[in-house]
Amino acid sequence: MADVLIYLSAVIAGLAFLLVLFRFIKGPSAVDRVIAFDGLTIVCITGILLAALAEGRGIYLDVALVYALLSFLGVIVVARFLDRGF
Amino acid sequence: MAALLDIVGGLLLLAGTTFLFFGGLGLVRMPDVYNRIQAGTKATTLGTLLSLAGTAFLYPAWSLKLLLIGIFLLFTNPLSSQVLARAAHRRGAMKTPQTVVDRLEEDTGEHP
Repeated sequence: MADVLIYLSAVIAGLAFLLVLFRFIKGPSAVDRVIAFDGLTIVCITGILLAALAEGRGIYLDVALVYALLSFLGVIVVARFLDRGF
Repeated sequence: MAALLDIVGGLLLLAGTTFLFFGGLGLVRMPDVYNRIQAGTKATTLGTLLSLAGTAFLYPAWSLKLLLIGIFLLFTNPLSSQVLARAAHRRGAMKTPQTVVDRLEEDTGEHP
């Protein structure tokens, strides 16, 4: 039962990834693309979580934590650059 | 009991990914940058937190690490969305014609 729900969640997360990717490719301005990048990393964190659940390995959660940290730093750096330049 | 925990965790996962889907939908459908920031950050934060809660129900031994990720996301997501909104405003991003009020423009006189 839980396996079916996990796989269904993975399918819905994949659909969300495709929607955000559409905005990442189309987005008229640079800020749109940074927002879409932020959304992509958040969806990817959930994807890593689902991978950890499917494999049953808790070590993947460390990957998710480091990925969240790095994506946050990346978004902050790009936003500062768009704000006032380096 | 274990089966009940499994079903509750799976349903929480499903709810979380559904919120992620709605966030992506809002990111595609919303008319301007500020609405997209609002849709793309709030809904996905709730979706990720619900997914973390569902994972904690499925594997209770991972709860501490999941709590750490959740607290980190709660700190960082509003911060990055606020910095992005300020950058968009300073760069003069277009507002949708339905915009009613812009307090930052009233306060600082910056015209987007």
